[in-house]
Amino acid sequence: MSCVAMEEERVKKVVFVTVGTTCFDALVKSVDSQNVRDELWKRGYTDLLIQMGRGCYIPSKISEEACSLNVDFFTFSPSIADYLRSASLVISHAGSGSIFETLRLGKPLIVVVNEDLMDNHQSELAEELAERKHLFCATPQTLHQTIEAMDSSSLIPYQPGDAMRVAMEINKFLGFPAE
Amino acid sequence: MEGCHSGNIVASLVGAVVSIVAVRLVYVMYWTCRPHRIKQHRLGTLIVLGSGGHTAEMLSIINVLQKDTFVPRFYVAAATDNISLQKAKVLEESLIQKDEIGKRNIEEVAYFTKIYRSREVGQSYLTSICTTLVAMMHALWLMLKIRPNVVICNGPGTCVPLCLIAFIFKVAGVRWSSIFYIESIARVRRLSLSGLLLYKFHIADQVYVQWPQLQRKYPRAHYVGLLM
Repeated sequence: MSCVAMEEERVKKVVFVTVGTTCFDALVKSVDSQNVRDELWKRGYTDLLIQMGRGCYIPSKISEEACSLNVDFFTFSPSIADYLRSASLVISHAGSGSIFETLRLGKPLIVVVNEDLMDNHQSELAEELAERKHLFCATPQTLHQTIEAMDSSSLIPYQPGDAMRVAMEINKFLGFPAE
Repeated sequence: MEGCHSGNIVASLVGAVVSIVAVRLVYVMYWTCRPHRIKQHRLGTLIVLGSGGHTAEMLSIINVLQKDTFVPRFYVAAATDNISLQKAKVLEESLIQKDEIGKRNIEEVAYFTKIYRSREVGQSYLTSICTTLVAMMHALWLMLKIRPNVVICNGPGTCVPLCLIAFIFKVAGVRWSSIFYIESIARVRRLSLSGLLLYKFHIADQVYVQWPQLQRKYPRAHYVGLLM
C-alpha cells in the first residue's frame, strides 16, 4: 500500500538508453541488471526506455519487486530527438552522433564504452569529454557505480561548436574572400 | 643488332615517359597543399558522406559553405547506407526553401549517387578481390562523369579511392581539383586510417582536425575547433 502511494507521488523521470545502429547487448544487459535498476530507482528515476538496436538480448519488462522502474524498449526509430528531449538522464553508446545530440540538448549523459569493439577509437572521444566534465564515462561493468556516484551538478554545459572556421579555411585556400 | 636497337628505342621511350610523369608528379605535389586563386565562379563539388556522426558533421559544413560557388554538389554514399543521402536531400531541399533569389530546382544544384563498397564487414577475402575491382571501376566511372573541382570528405573508407582518382586526374591533366579532408570529431588522439593516408601521401590539399592535440601531432594539419 505504502509503495503505491509513493509511486503516485513520484514525478515521472525517464532514463533513455540508446545504442544507435550498433549491437551492444552488454549495455542492454547492464541496464537491465537488478543492481543498475535499483540504483536508478534510488536516484529518483521512474521509467527506463531502451533503444536496443541490432542487439538480441531482450530486457525484461516485469520486475520481481512491486516498487521499481517501468521498463520499455524498442529497436530503432528514425529520430531519437524526442526521446532525448523527454529524458532526465541519457545512457548512450560512444557514437559521436548520439553524444553530441544529447550534449546539445543539455541532458546529463553517461557514455558506456563498448570494450568488445576491435578498433576502439570511440573511447577516445568519451574519455576526452569526460575529462572536460561534459559527461560521465563508464563500462558495462562499472555502470551501477557510476550511477551511484554521479553528481549531475558537477557537469559543465557543452557549448556547441560550428563549421564556420572550416568554411573560412576552405575559402582562404581557394583564394576567395573569407566571408 | 636490330632487336638490340629497337630495345634501345623502347628503353629510351619508357625512360622519357617515366621522367615526364615524374616531373609532372613533382609539379602536382608542389602545388598540392598550396593556396591558389581560383578563377571559376562555380566549382563542381564532390561530397563523400559516411554514416551516422560523419554525415552530421559533413552536413554542418555544407550548410555554411557559399552555395552559389560550390555548385553543383555531388553527394556520394555507400550503397548499403540508406540514411545519409536522405539527410543530404533534406538539407538541399531546406536550402532551396531559404534561397530567395530565384527559385531553383534541386536537380540543378545537387546530385545524389551511391557507390559500391570494396568490402563489407565479414566478407571473405576471395570475393573481396572481385568486389574491390568492381568498386574501383565504379569509382573511376563516377569520377570521370563528375570531374569535380573540389572534393570534400571526412572519414569513410570510400573517400580514399575517390581522392586517389582525383589526385591521378591532377597528374594526368584531366582535372585539377582541391581535396579537403576534415577528420571526424571522434578522432581525439590519432588520425583515422583514411586521414593518415591522405595526410602522409600529400593527397589532400588540406587536412583539418577538431582537437588541438591532433594538430600538435600532425603539424601540417589545420586546427578548426569542434564542428558539433
